[in-house]
Amino acid sequence: MREGSRDPETPKSGEQRVKLYQTGTHVVGNRLLPPEQRTVQARMDRSNTLTSGHRACQGCGEALGARYALDAAMRAADGNLVAANATGCLEVFSTPFPESSWQLPWIHSLFGNAPAVASGMAAGLKALGRSDTRVVGQGGDGGTVDIGFACLSGMFERNDDVLFICYDNEAYMNTGVQRSGATPPAARTATTKPLGEHAGNVFGKGKNAPLIAMAHEIPYVATATVAELRDLESKVERATRMRGARYIHVFVPCPLGWGAASRDTIRIARLVKESGLFPVFEAVDGEVTSVSKIRRAVPVVEYLKLQRRYAHLFGENPREDVIEAIQAIADRNIRRFDLLATAEEGADLPGEATDAADLPKSQPGIAGRTEQESNLMRLLAETHRGSQ
Amino acid sequence: MEKPFAITLDVGTSLANKTGSWRTERARYVHRLPPCNHACPAGENVQAWLYEAEEGGDGYERAWRKLTADNPFPAIMGRVCYHPCESACNRGELDESVGIHSVERFLGDLAIEEGWSFEPPAETSGKRVLVIGAGPTGLSAGYHLRRLGHDVTIRDSGEKPGGMMRYGIPRYRLPREVLDAEVARVLELGVELEAGVAVGNAEEAMREGGFDAAFLAVGAHIGRRAYVPAGEAARIVDAVALLRSMEGEERPMLGRRVAIYGGGNTAMDAARTAKRLGATDAVVVYRRTRERMSAHDFEVTEAVEEGVKLKWLSTVKHADEGKLVIEKMELDESGFPQPTGELEELEADSLVLALGQEADLSLLEGVSEIEVSDGVVQVADNMMTGHDGIFAGGDMVPDERTVTVGVGHGKKAARNIDGWLRGREYRPAPKHEIATFDKLNTWYYAEAPRVIQPQLEAARRSKTFDEVVSGLDESNAEYEARRCLSCGNCFSCDNCYGVCPDNAVLKLGEPGELYEIDLDFCKGCGICVAECPCGAIEMVPEEI
Repeated sequence: MREGSRDPETPKSGEQRVKLYQTGTHVVGNRLLPPEQRTVQARMDRSNTLTSGHRACQGCGEALGARYALDAAMRAADGNLVAANATGCLEVFSTPFPESSWQLPWIHSLFGNAPAVASGMAAGLKALGRSDTRVVGQGGDGGTVDIGFACLSGMFERNDDVLFICYDNEAYMNTGVQRSGATPPAARTATTKPLGEHAGNVFGKGKNAPLIAMAHEIPYVATATVAELRDLESKVERATRMRGARYIHVFVPCPLGWGAASRDTIRIARLVKESGLFPVFEAVDGEVTSVSKIRRAVPVVEYLKLQRRYAHLFGENPREDVIEAIQAIADRNIRRFDLLATAEEGADLPGEATDAADLPKSQPGIAGRTEQESNLMRLLAETHRGSQ
Repeated sequence: MEKPFAITLDVGTSLANKTGSWRTERARYVHRLPPCNHACPAGENVQAWLYEAEEGGDGYERAWRKLTADNPFPAIMGRVCYHPCESACNRGELDESVGIHSVERFLGDLAIEEGWSFEPPAETSGKRVLVIGAGPTGLSAGYHLRRLGHDVTIRDSGEKPGGMMRYGIPRYRLPREVLDAEVARVLELGVELEAGVAVGNAEEAMREGGFDAAFLAVGAHIGRRAYVPAGEAARIVDAVALLRSMEGEERPMLGRRVAIYGGGNTAMDAARTAKRLGATDAVVVYRRTRERMSAHDFEVTEAVEEGVKLKWLSTVKHADEGKLVIEKMELDESGFPQPTGELEELEADSLVLALGQEADLSLLEGVSEIEVSDGVVQVADNMMTGHDGIFAGGDMVPDERTVTVGVGHGKKAARNIDGWLRGREYRPAPKHEIATFDKLNTWYYAEAPRVIQPQLEAARRSKTFDEVVSGLDESNAEYEARRCLSCGNCFSCDNCYGVCPDNAVLKLGEPGELYEIDLDFCKGCGICVAECPCGAIEMVPEEI
């Protein structure tokens, strides 16, 4: 893992190595950790930038992702943060006039121009000499990957001082689940019906917004999911402290649009990363600097079968050919982003210590023992296990 | 108020919009019964004391106090208990079960080192209870009765208290300093001990001493004798007597080659003791196979490491001076051993019989309404015999015969005796549903292999009575405690507080009162339930 170039004083993603068992750093908080090492979401004084009473569906991944990201950005910016929001679910469920769920300065924009509005805000703040106020632009995948893409690319190309966060739920959910440029192959949407030989969305060439952002060679690009809070928070905090154009792409399941149980939102986000379908990484100046390794590898089927948008692949006439093609996408990601951990690296989340060196010192070391004895210990341990 | 151009409404917050009204199910915090607690014969609240121990430092004393609320002997228990808790531990399905016994032993040893003592009872009842037998069962009953405020006198025929913990369990498994320290702590609580006093008749002793109730826990000290045809010069001893004599001045003479007849834990203890007394050969003769031995696997393994030999499918046909005649057996379809008629000789200077133990029930002769069957006293659910006011437990009643079961009997009997003395029946609190593995979300637990307790080298083990297994130290005890999954009981991981898309989980920030569902905004999505690592939240339908 190489060190990022522009912000030597800020911790790199996952720098916080916590040697703590029971749950390590996988959970939101931990009573055994000192408060300053807990996540933003574990704090009683978190900003709750998106507060209760919003009208998102039960189990909305986007509502969760937005609060995770903006609360972390608020902490990194010491509360000095403004946001521009593209039209979409995130806006409609949070701000039906005259109510708003936002607890930070927040401006509505059109579906297609949120990056441009955010650029303007950054330029205005600079002109006013208030560059300490940080600017976030945010939107769904429709507003980012499709409709707002020209503005986003311009913002990147000019290296405007904006952190743009895309909450990717893989379709136009607000208007009734129509296909977007981020909709994955074979997924059912209102405009890609599960009918005929090529049911669901086409296997296209794809439109991978994080990779396109990297091609702009902007200072910082990262992907994250709502299943890995510590990883998401550390990326947002790092990005907030940097200057120039930054982009974070957050995977947020949509229970309604994907036909998934509302309780499974985080589970699905976990599985998309564990299957390799959604690589979680960060890139500095156009180069990948770290990836989240797969911890418990699963075939894509585990991910697909929880969602009715893929139901046409299963059932009486399962489309094994299609499932194989989706698995091939995951396998390519695993290869391309090097998602499998080697034995030395351990397979864990960033922020998690797994090396043998972190075991308690008095763990009977192999050093100082004869080989015979350590074999004996192993035998004993096995015998003991066998008896239980 | 004057509003800007085209604005007709005041700005409001979405907090006015009570989205809780959408809900058809609600999340509810629950406690489920951890499998370790469920499996513990002494009724320890294992998960709860591990929770305290996880914090280390001051947490260890809190853990010890929580533990000793159920079991006054953690240092003993951590050494001699067969830890059914660990067999039940959900972590066993993840990697390896939590080393509960090793943490328990660490806490017990720390308490001895630090000199922690028990809280005396807040008030005394003035009732007097006679406990007969100062083994684990009697001492446990005495301890619990005393903490419940009663005056307790324990009588035991042995020179020193401890019963089978002293006269049955070899020193290399339970050092006597540990036993003495934990027993002394119980006596310091004000439990009266009359050692070296045999009780002839329980009812008379109770009447003469003016006791309000009696608890019998005399154990099972008589080695079962099987008829073994033997020549005049054959040396035959029973295992119970052998182990008891180890506490005396003179070491028993067994000879160089010792055969032990039986397949239980006592047979292993006898064989390992024979080895330590200088036997070159210690051979366990058993009529079935290793899988069918009642001895615990680790005891067999430890014995084999020390050079004890095992002879399966064999019975002793005849014993003579210096040799035994062994008949080979084979298992029939039902797994029962049948003789084959095939004979062989085994050189042995002595034969130790470890064929089970029986209770000496002579103190109940002439006591009315006592029912004895299969050599043990029958008791009701409340541990009372048929005779009003006389309770019984431990090895003399029908149950598994272990130290931990005895301690559990003592506790249960104490609570029932307390209820009986106060004229209000003891009713145990209803048990929660068991926190089975499928109730957990194990994604959240870090990979953490079990700490292995160091052991004395085999070469030294077979010559000395030093303790075989060592304890944990502070750092790895904390680590081992933290491997606990906290099944079914919240351990403040903040997951529910974090994962709610509606901020409808309130963090209260007070100890013991951790989170609350904000029903004004809970939409009933169930994410908190799905992502709770330990299964401490459930969904229940809303009443509509």
